[in-house]
Amino acid sequence: MSVHPKEQRIILKYADEPGYTPDIDCYMKNGGYEMLKKAVGMEKQAICDEVKNSQLRGRGGAGFPAGVKWSFVDRKSGKPVYMVCNCDESEPGTFKDRQIVHKDPHQLIEGIIISSFATDCAKAFIYIREEMPKGAEILNQAIKEAKEKNFVGDDILGSGYSCDIVVHRGAAAYICGEETGLIESLEGKRANPRIKPPYFPAVLGLYMCPTIVNNVETLCNVLHILRMGADEFAKIGRPNNTGTRIWCVSGGVKRPGYYEVAGITLGELVYDICGGPKDGRTIKAIIPGGSSMKILKSGERFTGKDRDGNGYDWGIEDIPLDYDGIAAAGSMSGSGGMMVLDDSVEIPVALANLMAFYSHESCGQCTPCREGSLWLKKITTRMVHGQARPDDVDLMKSVADQIEGRTICAFGFAVAWPVQSYLAKFEDEFREFAERHSRMGGDRTAAKELACNH
Amino acid sequence: MNLKPETLAEIEEAIPKYPEKQSAVMPMLHAIQKDQGLLTNEAAEWVAAKLEIAPIHVLSVITFYPFFRQHKIGRRHIRICRTLACAMAGGAKVCDKMLSEFDTRLNEVSPGGEVTVEFAECLASCGTAPVMLVDDEIYENLDEAKAQEICEKIKAEVIQA
Ligand SMILES: Cc1cc2nc3c(=O)[nH]c(=O)nc-3n(C[C@H](O)[C@H](O)[C@H](O)COP(=O)(O)O)c2cc1C
Ligand code: SF4
Ligand code: FES
Repeated sequence: MSVHPKEQRIILKYADEPGYTPDIDCYMKNGGYEMLKKAVGMEKQAICDEVKNSQLRGRGGAGFPAGVKWSFVDRKSGKPVYMVCNCDESEPGTFKDRQIVHKDPHQLIEGIIISSFATDCAKAFIYIREEMPKGAEILNQAIKEAKEKNFVGDDILGSGYSCDIVVHRGAAAYICGEETGLIESLEGKRANPRIKPPYFPAVLGLYMCPTIVNNVETLCNVLHILRMGADEFAKIGRPNNTGTRIWCVSGGVKRPGYYEVAGITLGELVYDICGGPKDGRTIKAIIPGGSSMKILKSGERFTGKDRDGNGYDWGIEDIPLDYDGIAAAGSMSGSGGMMVLDDSVEIPVALANLMAFYSHESCGQCTPCREGSLWLKKITTRMVHGQARPDDVDLMKSVADQIEGRTICAFGFAVAWPVQSYLAKFEDEFREFAERHSRMGGDRTAAKELACNH
Repeated sequence: MNLKPETLAEIEEAIPKYPEKQSAVMPMLHAIQKDQGLLTNEAAEWVAAKLEIAPIHVLSVITFYPFFRQHKIGRRHIRICRTLACAMAGGAKVCDKMLSEFDTRLNEVSPGGEVTVEFAECLASCGTAPVMLVDDEIYENLDEAKAQEICEKIKAEVIQA
């Protein structure tokens, strides 16, 4: 697999190199575990400071600064602190953690142990989704190899610090990606998210002990921060958006795939790297950061003022491909899962597909989320089946508005945002679609296939 | 409970990994389901006794997670991704092909007992959509022709076994 010249591979540097294998010998031949050796000779606080100064932000969804999160850990409680690596990777459109785990697992192990050492964690867990059985096997094998070399386990490299890593497999529930749902699941319960406050993981996490939850890619970055130094790391990308990001592109482009980049625009990713739309097609809309994020429409202008007070006026291609750039365009970079919708895709049907997902995955604790997601699935489904009612578009909006901000966890936003943004930008298409499909005799095969909700 | 020695060994190994025993519920259920094909009430009670918790805690876990099941499935567990990237790439046609090859319907055991075909949500392989899992194996970039090949392979394996 050739790497595109616009890519800047740090995390995935070796992953696709011919002959690169997931075993520890291959990893160590390429400089693996050198950073752990360096780390155990450092002051713990110095490592935490490096991570903070690097401005590394979380790669799992919310983009919270990792160093700041680590500093929130409650040290006064006297309880053990736990590290949890979130490898649930279930946000539709996302497939980056899969690459790391399957192709370069020791990089993750090294990142976890350095991070656990720096924050003085008593034990680390990797929560991996059930649908990656091979990934779980590879991780277990990697941990075994790392233990044999004393990189994991008791008295790591003679430092006096001990830490084991436990791989915990999920069981096909999306909500386990939400950090407090994940913690409940790790405790052997239903993955019902906890209410924040008081249950911020850094204070009351796993077994009611302080817990750090970080995404796979976030934890891998830690070792590169140590290698490069915070200042060099922070030069990659833009201030407040430092380091590379692995973008996952799927849908209507010539070359879908995962690409590690920094400091480029959305247009460079979609057109230059991914080759633009398929022949004979045009791009209609882009979901930038996993299916939960608000949609961006082709032809839309994105205007406003940046933090320095400078005005901007972007087309979709001009949006800087990072946290702040996509936020300035009114959406979020989320998990980095970008879905490209070309002109063959009918937006109401895409929404029907996603609402079937959300209603299936709601944990059911909050009435607005449980009932609302089901209503939204029913409404969008009847639209696809040609049975829309005249006020359905307004009803959808009203249901979504009643979910947003009225739930225990951010899943509520994840249901509401697609509905609200698709309706705001494609309302005419919804009304036209509902009307057209309500007429007798139309061929609905393609729509039913895309809704894929048999 | 009549569990294989390797299942029992897996369970004994899993429990002490966790600071609190109840955390071993999921690994135990995984091991038992793999061994027995499903999770009976007897299994729930056995797990509960082993971890010294009430059986309802185990049952509540079994019924929450889509992967845990209390019913029998076919010899091969086929899960086809239905979420947007796969649906845009023709996942529904792949699903229809699998169903017709085994003369079955979604979520049912095929008449010959070979397979159970289900939909799954995004399998984190959207760049190579559409995809499906056959037990632990992932198949990518599918179309009807590839689906047909997979069906033939399954049929050959199931008859042999
Ligand atoms: C519904 C929902 C699903 C989520 N799924 C994932 C996931 O699959 N993987 C992940 O890393 N974070 C996921 N998150 C974000 C986590 O809650 C958490 O913020 C993240 O793991 C923190 O790691 P980071 O700071 O390194 O990004 C999800 C959040 C929500 C609300
Ligand atoms: S918002 Fe939805 S998923 Fe989150 S806790 Fe409430 S019901 Fe569960
Ligand atoms: S949508 Fe099918 S793998 Fe992601």
